[in-house]
Amino acid sequence: MLKSKTFLKKTRAGGVMKIVREHYLRDDIGCGAPGCAACDGAHEGPVLEPQPLDPASSLCPRPHYLLPDTNVLLHQIDVLEDPAIRNVIVLQTVLQEVRNRSAPVYKRIRDVTNNQEKHFYTFTNEHHRETYVEQEQGENANDRNDRAIRVAAKWYNEHLKKMSAENHLQVIFITNDKKNKEKAIEEGIPAFTCEEYVKSLTANPELIDRLACLSEEGNEIESGRIIFSEHLPLSKLQQGIKSGTYLQGTFRASRENYLEATVWVHGDTEEDKEIILQGLKNLNRAVHEDIVAVELLPRNQWVAPSSVVLHDEGQNEDDVEKEEERERILNTAANEKMLKPTGRVVGIIKRNWRPYCGMLSKSDIKESRRHLFTPADRRIPRIRIETRQASALEGRRIIVAIDGWPRNSRYPNGHFVKNLGDVGDKETETEVLLLEHDVPHQPFSQAVLSFLPKMPWSITEKDMKNREDLRHLCVCSVDPPGCTDIDDALHCRELENGNLEVGVHIADVSHFIRPGNALDQESARRGTTVYLCEKRIDMVPELLSSNLCSLRCNVDRLAFSCIWEMNHNAEILKVRFTKSAINSKASLTYAEAQMRIDSAAMNDDITTSLRGLNKLAKILKKRRIEKGALTLSSPEVRFHMDSETHDPIDLQTKELRETNSMVEEFMLLANISVAKKIHEEFSEHALLRKHPAPPPSNYEILVKAAKSKNLEIKTDTAKSLADSLDRADSPTFPYLNTLLRILATRCMMQAVYFCSGMDNDFHHYGLASPIYTHFTSPIRRYADIIVHRLLAVAIGADCTYPELTDKHKLADLCKNLNFRHKMAQYAQRASVAFHTQLFFKSKGIVSEEAYILFVRKNAIVVLIPKYGLEGTVFFEEKDKPKPRLIYDDEIPSLKIEDTVFHIFDKVKVKIMLDSSNLQHQKIRMSLVEPQIPGVSISADTPNMDIDEPERKKKKREK
Amino acid sequence: MAGLELLSDQGYRVDGRRAGELRKIQARMGVFAQADGSAYIEQGNTKALAVVYGPHEIRGSRARALPDRALVNCQYSSATFSTGERKRRPHGDRKSCEMGLQLRQTFEAAILTQLHPRSQIDIYVQVLQADGGTYAACVNAATLAVLDAGIPMRDFVCACSAGFVDSTALADLSHVEEAAGGPQLALALLPASGQIALLEMDARLHEDHLEQVLEAAAQAARDVHTLLDHVVRQHVCEASVLLGD
Repeated sequence: MLKSKTFLKKTRAGGVMKIVREHYLRDDIGCGAPGCAACDGAHEGPVLEPQPLDPASSLCPRPHYLLPDTNVLLHQIDVLEDPAIRNVIVLQTVLQEVRNRSAPVYKRIRDVTNNQEKHFYTFTNEHHRETYVEQEQGENANDRNDRAIRVAAKWYNEHLKKMSAENHLQVIFITNDKKNKEKAIEEGIPAFTCEEYVKSLTANPELIDRLACLSEEGNEIESGRIIFSEHLPLSKLQQGIKSGTYLQGTFRASRENYLEATVWVHGDTEEDKEIILQGLKNLNRAVHEDIVAVELLPRNQWVAPSSVVLHDEGQNEDDVEKEEERERILNTAANEKMLKPTGRVVGIIKRNWRPYCGMLSKSDIKESRRHLFTPADRRIPRIRIETRQASALEGRRIIVAIDGWPRNSRYPNGHFVKNLGDVGDKETETEVLLLEHDVPHQPFSQAVLSFLPKMPWSITEKDMKNREDLRHLCVCSVDPPGCTDIDDALHCRELENGNLEVGVHIADVSHFIRPGNALDQESARRGTTVYLCEKRIDMVPELLSSNLCSLRCNVDRLAFSCIWEMNHNAEILKVRFTKSAINSKASLTYAEAQMRIDSAAMNDDITTSLRGLNKLAKILKKRRIEKGALTLSSPEVRFHMDSETHDPIDLQTKELRETNSMVEEFMLLANISVAKKIHEEFSEHALLRKHPAPPPSNYEILVKAAKSKNLEIKTDTAKSLADSLDRADSPTFPYLNTLLRILATRCMMQAVYFCSGMDNDFHHYGLASPIYTHFTSPIRRYADIIVHRLLAVAIGADCTYPELTDKHKLADLCKNLNFRHKMAQYAQRASVAFHTQLFFKSKGIVSEEAYILFVRKNAIVVLIPKYGLEGTVFFEEKDKPKPRLIYDDEIPSLKIEDTVFHIFDKVKVKIMLDSSNLQHQKIRMSLVEPQIPGVSISADTPNMDIDEPERKKKKREK
Repeated sequence: MAGLELLSDQGYRVDGRRAGELRKIQARMGVFAQADGSAYIEQGNTKALAVVYGPHEIRGSRARALPDRALVNCQYSSATFSTGERKRRPHGDRKSCEMGLQLRQTFEAAILTQLHPRSQIDIYVQVLQADGGTYAACVNAATLAVLDAGIPMRDFVCACSAGFVDSTALADLSHVEEAAGGPQLALALLPASGQIALLEMDARLHEDHLEQVLEAAAQAARDVHTLLDHVVRQHVCEASVLLGD
């Protein structure tokens, strides 16, 4: 086994330590080409094709393999990922360099390598006897690696020649480095730059667009004027951060104003600080979510966050003067108190670029190949790309990646990656919002599906081990209409001793999803089911979510039950948990359940059970509210879909019935009971959910708003907040309370999952519970599956596994789950917004009553209760004279001409669809009442040109 | 900076070995003439020297003598120049004491001590260069030294370490792999009977994986046995040639 290993020493002197490492060279590493007699039997994993013919290249007509160097891999990964590129040899040297330089690219290349169809082969050249290269005196590490790559390329060519003289198989070295290429050709290795090679692929012209434009010379065409100051090198930044002159933080561009951004300085010792950046030059080419180093400006240059809404609309780039003028708008005098620490970006510590969805804004010059790309996310700057298929891409949603941002360019440079489809098309738009929110939505892979149980499925003897048979109980489920993934069911019955037995039965998903397999990993990655308006992106395959795990009526299903014994005052006397088998007697909707409870004529088992539950739920709810649980409100709408076209035909705000809160109450109770149990059993690695109390400053807006209506809101504890919200009522203005609750919701923090061993604050603020977790929806949340597993171990119904008791792994999992949940929520909102647009598109222009939610410097944000729709009414338009606006931050109020707007004022607005910007079609609102001459518009004369795309108008003018 | 990748997707470790492969082992017996038995072993860059005296009469306090078997006395030390940074104290620190104790347990299990009641066997081990798996190297060196001294044993004692990375068990960890902080298991095996003389583990490892890691270590120990056996036979050959048989 150890035969013929040459022994070499590699000495690495650096710092104080001298490290001596062994480095074994082997001669049993295969070349990856099939049928190679020289390295027979050494092949493993995906292998190159014997006859790589398909990429018809005009440069090298012979069959060939590709061998890219590190920089090609790093920058042209989009090209390499294209299905047209196959049979690539990735050297270990290259892979290691990529690994050290960019984790995302490394991950992508690994995924490609693992894809059998791509025929990528990783050659371990550093440990191959004939391709190992020792660093020479005076040679730096980079040069050595380049040489190692060339040596490997040469070896390959000679090796393949030996193997098959008649095939003329060739290995082509791809490098963008001129010197490296020259040296390679000198050594007799066929070498091309990536651009040359891709351009020679006559069968795949679309690949050219995916090339990242890196050639420095290419960008000189633009004005040589330098707009941005230079980024400092990393070493200097680190020095500065250590000494405190610079601060490190995450760059967050403002959604509303492209000239403004904030940097969150993450420090453990000091509390999180926020620094404001204003103006293009101070933003200095940072892109949303980059990790940057900022320098604080002297105090006299500090500014206040502007309340102006500004969008980057300039069609033509590089008119910097105009930008400067715009920047001046921001610097309106603000009072001293409002000034916030202001800074400028001095360097980028880590770029967090990803591919962005958006649309092409075609250049005005017809023949131009350079076009601007406008991302769907407003926080991302526009990107300049080069493409020959602009007309084909116009009006399409496309994906673009950023390559770089030179100092003399107003916009970053990028390249085209993928075409998603037509704008406005429902499929495309859904795809876009899923991609933008990073929601994994591909169909489940074969590997995942292979772990599903075989149909027809039934409960077997083995399944009943450690399981109680509760099929005789009168269990029923209550859900919204049309629900197919029923994960909870309830029962209630009177015991002989006069007490009540209440059971919550949750689908036993963890019975089907076993830890560690592909199905489990995929569900963990997805984290949650995402509900869009007309679509559901399942976390687990449909067979489980809508069939085997769904607790439908009159079929035997496996469940995890939480059973309490309660007295009639809803005090818990006993609680026990057990895996069980149940047979639901009825699946009801909320309305049906309500009807049963209310109608005196019905007295069957199910109805009595429901009445018992309802009675207990009321007591539980009352007790919970006494403890200080908050009832908040958010306007939620539901669309009625046309059954054929799936277009929304009507909107309706969600209705709440008693039965909704009945189910909710028992779910909360089950979650709390389970949380207590698992924390008792696993104090270090229980997965729990907490909701931190918001900092008092969050409530400022709420308190101010209430004050303007002469109401007092106390925010010192959850209890006092709940009480004061209850008291805040105005007889003349019944909707006020709801508005206040909506505002209060906005003040809250995000609830998060966490691992009990990593944190010591467990409190759930909103529910006023000292401990909480998620147990009741394992079909749609992965956290619940983990909680099920923990609980199963705690009651001895299932065995444990390594990852379950590793608190760091659990903490990582929590991080992913929190991220997925947040993204799912955003995606949901985006989907609602899109359908609202479709709805108003079909409905035309309507006028509705609305309430002011926030007042901004040049706009008001209003809420239309009828549609649960929120929108902004702008008072400044591009081509119209500006009205006189006076903004008062203290009250807050906005005075336009002679009319003053306060928070909660009732106004009337006109709603229409604004398609002037195809990318962000939006609901546009304009003021109808109160009437202000020159600002408001009359209710019946529609502003005709709004529905027409602006660009068309421009053309006509020309 | 991304940390080191201990096991590549292609299944190669940092130094080019596969998961179950040992480092290169070279060993010699009878390196010193004055001692009763001695041996030197190199396992990759880990180098250890073992010297055995005895069995002889109890030195020092007579009270320590055992009526039914021999006393095994083990001392471990590691040279001040054995690691990257010069060590202050070559022996007598806690780690050395513990290692001495472990060696003693290992060899009490292997040497037929009941054949030499009221006597003493001294085993001195010194690590000249440490690059992971010092315990294993010490045991292997000591085995050869005990054999060289002609002290009857039940079997060879062969030791090897094993670790666990990416759900794969790695045999014979080097210093880089040990320093990564994963679980590490040291096993001393009597290969003929498959009995375990000593088993020790650092860091946490889930019960489910233990068998896999244990099997990897045992297989590695059996491989070590093959090599040591070869060394012993060669040594005996050379010795008999010298004796002129």
